[in-house]
Amino acid sequence: MWEKLLRLDRRWIFVLVALSVLIPLLRPLGLPMRTTEPVLNLYTYIDTLKPHDKAVILVTDFDPSTMPELLPMAEAIMRHCFARKIPLILYGGMYPTFVGMAKMALSRVLPDFPDVKYGEDYVFLGYIPGTSLIILSMGESISKTFGNDYYGNKLDSLPLMQRVKNYDQVALVIDLSGSGTPVWWIIYGYQRYGVRVGCGTTAVSAAQYYPYLQTGQFVGMLGGLKGAAEYETLIERAGIPPGRKTASIGMDAQSIVHLMLIFLIILGNIGYFIVRRKR
Amino acid sequence: MSTNPWVWVAAFLTLAIYSFLYKDNPVYRFAEHIFMGVSVGYGLVLFWYNSVIPRLWEPLVKGTEPTRFFLLIPILIGALTFSLFVPRYSWLVKYTLAFVVGASAGLSIPLSFETNIFEQVRSTILTRQMLSGWGMVSNLIMFIGVIVTLAYFYFSMEHKGVIGKTARIGRIYIMIAFGASFGYTVMARVSLLIGRMQFLLHDWLGIIK
Repeated sequence: MWEKLLRLDRRWIFVLVALSVLIPLLRPLGLPMRTTEPVLNLYTYIDTLKPHDKAVILVTDFDPSTMPELLPMAEAIMRHCFARKIPLILYGGMYPTFVGMAKMALSRVLPDFPDVKYGEDYVFLGYIPGTSLIILSMGESISKTFGNDYYGNKLDSLPLMQRVKNYDQVALVIDLSGSGTPVWWIIYGYQRYGVRVGCGTTAVSAAQYYPYLQTGQFVGMLGGLKGAAEYETLIERAGIPPGRKTASIGMDAQSIVHLMLIFLIILGNIGYFIVRRKR
Repeated sequence: MSTNPWVWVAAFLTLAIYSFLYKDNPVYRFAEHIFMGVSVGYGLVLFWYNSVIPRLWEPLVKGTEPTRFFLLIPILIGALTFSLFVPRYSWLVKYTLAFVVGASAGLSIPLSFETNIFEQVRSTILTRQMLSGWGMVSNLIMFIGVIVTLAYFYFSMEHKGVIGKTARIGRIYIMIAFGASFGYTVMARVSLLIGRMQFLLHDWLGIIK
């Protein structure tokens, strides 16, 4: 029996994983979720900023391949900033394909905040080439670095950008990324200009960023779908419209799949040792 | 159920890609080729209209400042990359590489040292403050972890005796780090599946809210 189990066609495991995701999505279980310190730190940092004062730069350094984890983070942080009247500079990322993600997040959040005005409460910066050089250049002048916003308006003509010249008027940069770009913001933004940095990252990358959290180089961090779900819960508790809460909806499925995989790993190991002993 | 034809196209492509889990098939190949073509085309068009036209072509052709001709320098350095296609002049690419490597190294080395070495070492040094309260346990675990892991990667002495035992503990630490990484990787992959399932059930079929 154990030998049969070890030779099991992997497609049966795919079926089990699919069912473990499908069933909790159709019949939510409402499993409890605890807020972790890195998420709470980022939330508190933004929550304690003064309204209409220093800006938050939100960078969407991701494309559709990591959208399920990072787009809910972008939406939740935008909602938090809009509700608290914290000026937001939305930057569509270091590579050309990332801009669409910022646009999508905006289109989902704006209907819940009809009083938010473009140019005064937020600005949308599009793609320009240069990667890490952009981070350095923004430290001197954001307007000169980009020239125009995403819609083609001169940045100098927008009231918000007349106040926010460079990182001196920026309270926090949050990089939502599925790659190594958050470290660039530490290296060129924090170390060179002293601007505080937070990050939201895919679960795959989360482990590599803990050393930067521990050294205080990141203010806080949202790790994967769970980090996004925690942030959604925090803004909902604060009375901010959380939208559809796509990350929180997925957390039941995530927990069930993890339990199933833990069971399968234990079962596979028991089977391996039993079969080895028999041989 | 969605009435948007693009949602139907996206749903078909999602199912086509997942059909690979059963076995390789022409529908999967079709979706894969579309993905490759669209990705490259989309990226290229965005890059052309967001970079080349507004940052090079328009300032050079429509600009009036005499300094606009400085743009010819990066154009020339970049164009040397294409010398790779002519074996006789392929050595010219070294100038482009020298410029890129030199500028990148000069910009990043001092700041990377600060970020990845000095800050990390500074917060590994145990202070009296770090050895009080509940944080003491985790700070000690981290401190020991750094020492024993570094010992594992110390190859100038044979891993015997004290060094050998320390390196063995270092290996346990590394295995735990691999386990954490693997756990996070599983979580990420499952999240992607959840994202697609939500798209199919919510955006396409409208079964869930």
